[in-house]
Amino acid sequence: MTQTVTQQKIRQGFKDAIQEESLLDCMRCGFCLPSCPTYVHTNYDETHSPRGRIALMKAVREGLIPWDDDVEHSFNVCLGCRACEPACPAGVQYGHMLESARAVVKEVKKTGIIEKTVRNVAFNHLFQDQKKLSRATNLLHYYQRTGVQKIARKIGFLSLFPEQMRGMEKILPTVPNQKDLKERGTYFSAIGETKATVAFFTGCLMDTLFTETNNSTIKFLQHAGCAVYIPKDQACCGALHAHSGEKKSAITLAKRNIEAFESLSVDFVVNNAGGCGAFLHDYPYLFEQESNWQSRAKVFQQKVTDISTILSKLEFSNFKLKAKVPVVITYQDSCHLRNVTKVISEPRKLLKSIENAYFVELDGADQCCGSAGIYNLLQSEMSMKILDDKMEKVKDTKATVVITSNPGCLLQMKLGIERSGLSSQMESMHIVDFLSDYVSFEMSE
Amino acid sequence: MKAIKLSSKILSLFKRIVGEENVQISLAQRLAYSYDATAMYQSMPEAVVSPRNTKEVVEIVRLCNSQKIPIVPRGSGTNLAAGTVPTFGGIVLLFKNMNRILELDEENLTLTVQPGVITKDLIEHVEKFGLFYPPDPSSMKISTIGGNINENSGGLRGLKYGVTRDYVSGLEVVLPNGDVVRTGGKLAKDVAGYDLTSLFVGSEGTLGIVTEATLSLVPLPEYKETMIAYYDSLEHAAETVSQIIASKIIPTTLEFMDQATIEVVEDFAKIGLPTDVEAILLIEQDGPQSIVQQEMQQMEKICQQNRARKVILASNQEEAEELRTARRAALSALARKSPTTILEDATVPRSKIAEMVREIGKIASKYNVKICTFGHAGDGNLHPTCLTDARNHDEMERVEQAFAEIFQVSIELGGTITGEHGVGEMKAPYLEWKLGREGIEVMKKIKDSIDPYHLFNPGKIFAKSTKKRVVVESDTNSHTAKDQARV
Ligand SMILES: Cc1cc2nc3c(=O)[nH]c(=O)nc-3n(C[C@H](O)[C@H](O)[C@H](O)COP(=O)(O)OP(=O)(O)OC[C@H]3O[C@@H](n4cnc5c(N)ncnc54)[C@H](O)[C@@H]3O)c2cc1C
Ligand code: SF4
Ligand code: SF4
Repeated sequence: MTQTVTQQKIRQGFKDAIQEESLLDCMRCGFCLPSCPTYVHTNYDETHSPRGRIALMKAVREGLIPWDDDVEHSFNVCLGCRACEPACPAGVQYGHMLESARAVVKEVKKTGIIEKTVRNVAFNHLFQDQKKLSRATNLLHYYQRTGVQKIARKIGFLSLFPEQMRGMEKILPTVPNQKDLKERGTYFSAIGETKATVAFFTGCLMDTLFTETNNSTIKFLQHAGCAVYIPKDQACCGALHAHSGEKKSAITLAKRNIEAFESLSVDFVVNNAGGCGAFLHDYPYLFEQESNWQSRAKVFQQKVTDISTILSKLEFSNFKLKAKVPVVITYQDSCHLRNVTKVISEPRKLLKSIENAYFVELDGADQCCGSAGIYNLLQSEMSMKILDDKMEKVKDTKATVVITSNPGCLLQMKLGIERSGLSSQMESMHIVDFLSDYVSFEMSE
Repeated sequence: MKAIKLSSKILSLFKRIVGEENVQISLAQRLAYSYDATAMYQSMPEAVVSPRNTKEVVEIVRLCNSQKIPIVPRGSGTNLAAGTVPTFGGIVLLFKNMNRILELDEENLTLTVQPGVITKDLIEHVEKFGLFYPPDPSSMKISTIGGNINENSGGLRGLKYGVTRDYVSGLEVVLPNGDVVRTGGKLAKDVAGYDLTSLFVGSEGTLGIVTEATLSLVPLPEYKETMIAYYDSLEHAAETVSQIIASKIIPTTLEFMDQATIEVVEDFAKIGLPTDVEAILLIEQDGPQSIVQQEMQQMEKICQQNRARKVILASNQEEAEELRTARRAALSALARKSPTTILEDATVPRSKIAEMVREIGKIASKYNVKICTFGHAGDGNLHPTCLTDARNHDEMERVEQAFAEIFQVSIELGGTITGEHGVGEMKAPYLEWKLGREGIEVMKKIKDSIDPYHLFNPGKIFAKSTKKRVVVESDTNSHTAKDQARV
């Protein structure tokens, strides 16, 4: 098949970046199909399934078909939620292949996906609709005022906005005072006996938009018996970069973080954002070409722990957790916390241990909410389809609090609550905020 | 027959029949329907067409008939015999828009469904009403009932309850000339004419397109127990199987996995299976509680007598389900071990299972290939699976020789070349070994009279040439050569 220069370059890039062995790991059994939200939501379209996407990567690599717009579309629609991985008995590492493929395409095509999207949203959506535009401008002012803008731009935060700006203002948290943030200390001692020494990975988004959540996280860690360090020179984890094909910047950030944390020689590196945690956990895969860094990344990986895991390790529930008022709660998994870091039972156990809180398992909690980092902007139609479907199931739980462990999911669930008109009877909270706002403890002094 | 290009005029006719959104023609879409779960087979269709009802199927078939366009019906593409690979191009026909459960008739104990219904959804649906649809292929979470019917699939419960055929009581089928036939019905008995239902069951999409099926159901057993037995010797496990059957107990499930299979399954499922045993038997019984308990005890005793290292009874249904899920993952899990996994489906009379296991071992070492075995031991249905690398041509030749010999041996033991996966394209060259020339002739006559232009799933079941027995040379039919030529 004749291919353009770009297509040839992409093919060559695939040959260099994606190992044939990894592709051959897929025996095409289809066991992953039912777990893939895009397969299910496209009415079982194999083009939008993990098995299909792996076959597409393989075919492009072999030159059977060129990388064209339709192939690209299939990969744009992929949430990157990695639900296909735990479902795969053959152990196919889909997520890493996807990342490599995206990096190759980005490298060859130069324009970043984020960039293209933002432009697309600006030109095709905002500027065509006066109302939308004025809302967006309000938002922009809002950002300029709060100073989040710079960081937001850097990490492509804009892209967390769904195409329909509807309800967006309502779901955004009050942006904290940046001065407070700067004045936070770098060390907090354990309250009571010191059971572990940890470093806290604050996360760029978490720290700017969800400062309170981070402060509460530190507080709970202290109470659970942790001496907590907060390395000043830590950086953004790099997940958003890698997921949108900016693998090189991701590697730079990873190196900074490994350096910042390894000097502290702590027992755990704690995070409270599922997406970041999974990416920190996956650092070794970024260094396939740099063995020295890879071994450092592996040491780092061993220490990466999410907040609910460490709280359950240190038996936090012994503090007689009790909801201040009786409350029905449910939990939406963060895809990467579940599928990559394999943290499934810990947050549930923690929540179930709370007296007065009635935990209802959300049907399909293991399926992506459609937020998926920058996805809800890139593929807003699919994202909203997934979200609306999710909200139907959330409604069935009759919960008044929907708990999540990742900022992206949190915003998406908030949006879902707005969209389905449930905001008077339901709210969405990060697990740490829920513990902080709703739950009382018999804490040690 | 050569692959033909569909003109834009024909494509627009397809679109007129099923609607724009149900005709897919991009390269990406065609590639995504160029394969199934069979290693090393791939070929692209010209278009993927998804009808919404029987009438549309009829119109598509008529159009294809007039233009001589091949039709490959496809469920979820999980078959293991290259049964849905569009080797001769044409269109792939999907049933994603025909996936409704139409009627549960609790008085006649039947369920009427469209072909695209996922097997597991159907099973769960009837269980809500205290009814039971037993055929449960390991792929049931993904496979469609249309695929099950056309492969006559078996499952973990086949030993006691039989296979798909035993539960299909009526079909609506579109023939290659566009006629719609309805066979059978909600009847417990029916001898009006030839048994056409049975003819279409297992016909692998080569005779008709199933557009509706009526399935018979049985009452859901009240009680079920599950146990697992570990063996230090493969043969003792196989011996246990023969003895259980000989002692006049028919368990629901009697599954077998060898050491290499256990290892990969444990790697995936992480449920604490020992990886240092040579074999595992998964045994289940259902029915009235007292009888189940008594028979489980009897079977446990037989395991012990055959020197099982340990026999463990699952303490609850979750544990039992974990064990079944682990077993179902066996084939895919084996793919962890090597770039290419080729699995076979040799089946022998139950009493010969120990002998067959022994033979497979001998053949593997004779040809110096790695073969792991698991399967529905109680049915005499084994899945010797070869872990290999399609890029290693020398090894592939030995693999092919080894499988040819396995087929040969199983036929000699009174068995068959495929117990449940079907013939497809993969086993077509061996079919005559089992059926003889006369058997093939009868089948050809049936095929020619129903589908004279061979438009329904061409290249399947009927081989261009039959393999010579056991003495295998590397002819142009070898999978690898084919693979490269067609892709
Ligand atoms: C991991 C794994 C485990 C498996 N375990 C088992 C098992 O335990 N037992 C077993 O028997 N099989 C098993 N299989 C094989 C396979 O899943 C079955 O053959 C299944 O029935 C195929 O269903 P499908 O919907 O994927 O059909 P497909 O693979 O899409 O099609 C199968 C055949 O049916 C034809 N077809 C499909 N729909 C129609 C229709 N409506 N009208 C006419 N023809 C049609 C196709 O042309 C093809 O010939 C397994 C496969 C895998 C990958
Ligand atoms: S990715 Fe895994 S589960 Fe999916 S088809 Fe491939 S081997 Fe099967
Ligand atoms: S990452 Fe998620 S959306 Fe993408 S193929 Fe896997 S399951 Fe589907």
